[in-house]
Amino acid sequence: MTYTHDIVIVGGGGAGLRAAIAVVEANPQLSVAIISKVYPMRSHTVSAEGGAAAVIRAEDSLDEHAYDTISGGDWLCDQDAVEAFVDEAPKEMLRLENWGCPWSREPDGRVAVRPFGGMKRIRTWFAADKTGFHLLHTLFQTSLKYEEIARYDEWFVTKLLVEDGRVRGVVAIELSSGRIETITAKAVILCTGGCGRVFPFTTNANIKTGDGMALAYRAGAPLKDMEFVQYHPTGLPFTGILITEAARAEGGWLLNKDGYRYLQDYDLGTPQPGPVLRSMELGPRDRLSQAFVKEMEKGRTIDTPYGQVVHLDLRHLGAKLINTKLPMVRELCLDYEKIDPVKDLVPVRPVVHYMMGGVSTDIHGATPLDGLYAAGEVACVSINGANRLGSNSLPELLVFGARAGRAAAEFAAAQPDDGGDWSGILTQAEDERRRLERDLRGREGGGERVSTIRTEMQAAMEQGAGIYRSADSMAKCADALQELRERLPGVSIDDHTTTFNTELIAALELGLMLDVAESIVHSARLREESRGAHQRTDFPERDDVRYLAHSLIHRSADGSPRVEYPPVTITRWPPGVRVYGR
Amino acid sequence: MARSITMQVARYRPDREAEPTMQSYDVPLRKDWAILDGLNHIKDELDGTLSYRWSCRMGICGSCGMTVNGEPKLTCATFLTDYAPGPVRVEPLRNFPVVRDLVVDIGDFMAKLSVVQPWIIRKDEETPDGEYLQTPAELEDYKQFSMCINCMLCYSACPIYGLNEHFLGPAAIALAQRYNLDSRDQGSADRMDALSASTGVWDCTYVGECSTACPKNVDPAGAIQRYKLTAATETLKSFLMPRGGR
Amino acid sequence: MSDTTATSHVGNQPRPYRRRVPILWWVRRRSYLLFVAREVSSVFVAWFVVFLLLLVRAVLSGEDAYRRFLDWTANPFVLALNVVALLFVLLHAVTWFNLAPQAMVVKVRGRRLPPVLIAAAHFGAWAVVSAVVAWIVLG
Repeated sequence: MTYTHDIVIVGGGGAGLRAAIAVVEANPQLSVAIISKVYPMRSHTVSAEGGAAAVIRAEDSLDEHAYDTISGGDWLCDQDAVEAFVDEAPKEMLRLENWGCPWSREPDGRVAVRPFGGMKRIRTWFAADKTGFHLLHTLFQTSLKYEEIARYDEWFVTKLLVEDGRVRGVVAIELSSGRIETITAKAVILCTGGCGRVFPFTTNANIKTGDGMALAYRAGAPLKDMEFVQYHPTGLPFTGILITEAARAEGGWLLNKDGYRYLQDYDLGTPQPGPVLRSMELGPRDRLSQAFVKEMEKGRTIDTPYGQVVHLDLRHLGAKLINTKLPMVRELCLDYEKIDPVKDLVPVRPVVHYMMGGVSTDIHGATPLDGLYAAGEVACVSINGANRLGSNSLPELLVFGARAGRAAAEFAAAQPDDGGDWSGILTQAEDERRRLERDLRGREGGGERVSTIRTEMQAAMEQGAGIYRSADSMAKCADALQELRERLPGVSIDDHTTTFNTELIAALELGLMLDVAESIVHSARLREESRGAHQRTDFPERDDVRYLAHSLIHRSADGSPRVEYPPVTITRWPPGVRVYGR
Repeated sequence: MARSITMQVARYRPDREAEPTMQSYDVPLRKDWAILDGLNHIKDELDGTLSYRWSCRMGICGSCGMTVNGEPKLTCATFLTDYAPGPVRVEPLRNFPVVRDLVVDIGDFMAKLSVVQPWIIRKDEETPDGEYLQTPAELEDYKQFSMCINCMLCYSACPIYGLNEHFLGPAAIALAQRYNLDSRDQGSADRMDALSASTGVWDCTYVGECSTACPKNVDPAGAIQRYKLTAATETLKSFLMPRGGR
Repeated sequence: MSDTTATSHVGNQPRPYRRRVPILWWVRRRSYLLFVAREVSSVFVAWFVVFLLLLVRAVLSGEDAYRRFLDWTANPFVLALNVVALLFVLLHAVTWFNLAPQAMVVKVRGRRLPPVLIAAAHFGAWAVVSAVVAWIVLG
């Protein structure tokens, strides 16, 4: 059976829900559907903690938000995109307020704001430290108001259907029944989020396997700036659970094994008792994570069963502030580490957190492939450049989710309602169904487990494409990935049933992740400079002559990658030196 | 301390079994391991055919609710060592149809969500120019009820829901109250029909287990009792003042 | 090609397993037992109403009838029944008052009164009313 919609949105997180609402508001005549591999309220947006940046205070300005974002991104951001972003972020955030998001408030009833890393002004809106949770649930609950939005909950998209250079729909599996269906559409919006799970130690949820990136890449849409992987400086060891940047914004300190605020040794300013904007613990994430590695090399970190850590000290903030502004930090520490940040030091280490790169889009969320749109972490517009600032990702998914929704609505409305020739599409869909059924029923047991390949891939990525990289480390990583790719067809699937077959899904996700991992390493090898989150020990300097440009990686017909370097769009802020703490 | 623990896990594969069976696995007993880590160990190392839901493993996505030794729990926040020396029994959430192994069908709840209209309802047509002002005290009035992660532990703990699946249930009613009590909302009259219906708050006879089971201290039982008082008052008002009593 | 629109709630599960609720589900947990006991208490509340009506009828029918009624209440079986009924009604009352703070949010100068206080007020009021009734009846 085939389902038909005008617009199909893949992913039901913040970006996907915002896009769906934008489609209905732009054109209620259109049929729009969200296909998500989890129920929308399970999406990873739920895990965002600290806040969402948008200019709201009189003493702040759009230009300052733009400058913080661009310098934070080490001048790899497209400045036209950033200008659109900072301009629309406050409007989007206010809409969310109007929709009921429980933002924390000032005594007079206005929305409260807090400081955040890399931001020169106080402009981060927050809902205690469960901002993403409240944002997602508000969007999801509001989306229920729109009966026009159809949902395919717990459906896994395995392929984008493309013919004559235009996206015409998807093939997806319904998890609960195992049925494989074709869902046609005039436009498809990818909102599947990031790919942190290609690394072993990540804040990302289990579902963050880069599905949308790989689907787009396979369909012929290029990925942009994939080498830029953000490490968040403060993850809990073992679990990788994020301790929000808000913990430092509220005044937390990072200490080495001697109890010394080591960031002062890395050109990030001089320590003050209270938080200082764009300084010390409120520096950008790339610089803080890199400082950790240097500190580790000096032997000044703390050794634990789960690797080297430093300490996040919140004790001086007191129970009252922690309970009101950082309740989740305390909850997570108590539940998962059995420590109380009111009394104890919190062990933390850098952890893979966010993908700056993604499916290349213009400022309307459109990819170079006709009918294909992307928004949120899966996309690279790019406003994040070489390093995203904390609290820019939530407004990004709102602004560009809405933009992609509107643009896709306009595109879909302009397409004829043709019965047309669907035979090519249906053939493709049939091939895909056969592939899936072969995987489901045909695979023999006794081979390697999905988890074996996945674990090796993750280890290779951490060793080869971590916080610091070199030609050597990346060559080894690329070889390892190549070998894993060859072993992939031999992976066994013991589960041949149709009902909620999570082993099949895991195998499909692994294939997608390998594509993403290869694109990361390939892009990283070719960028012979250090910029933002991409730090090469063999090329330690930024090189604006050769690389003030995006890496645009395409998949050639034979499967091999091809990289182009379109220039960065500069409007008003010429490349400069990133200065923090001075 | 013993180095391993036995996990007895409920299996149900509708393609081949008429009803669930239990299967035992030995997993390492590590200090930091949650029940979920044990299940992941089984899936990755011992038996790839085991199915269950999980995602954030930080207690916020609400996916991994299961019945652990008879109690509804988030398995990412429930630790193996608390059940040593074992065995520890892991079953799907109660009161829901079991789809497969540890996966239950929550479609019924998803449908009920829309019934309580969980969105801001305004009687004024125009959208405001800026934000609606809301003081911290006004935020506090509904904040607790906004913390629900839809993990379904409360439905699993509620015997009323177990006996009568038409009951709206704890999380849905708490969510309705979350909006009713929000100073920005004007839709409590619109939600009244669903909440005061025979399948609404009056089905609840205050067992209180929903609030005990809730991992986020939402207190759905409290939300329901508060609404009973509201509904009773409103009914009385409309009886005494038939016109414009609301 | 069909033109169907799907909604997520259209399941296609082959055979979801529905677990039957065991008959003795309510003995598994103290709170369940308490809940069932409170439900059962309604029978005894009803009994008290019937008892009261019988009493009123006896009083109206004259001194003889009233005396016969009193004799009947002294019957060990009726006495036992009333003791049990009293226990159930007490259970009902206590759980009801414990529930009060859950249902009532009272604010004094913008601050929410602690739940204990609300429960205490209810129990206090109950005690006062009981004392007054006792004074009228016994005094």
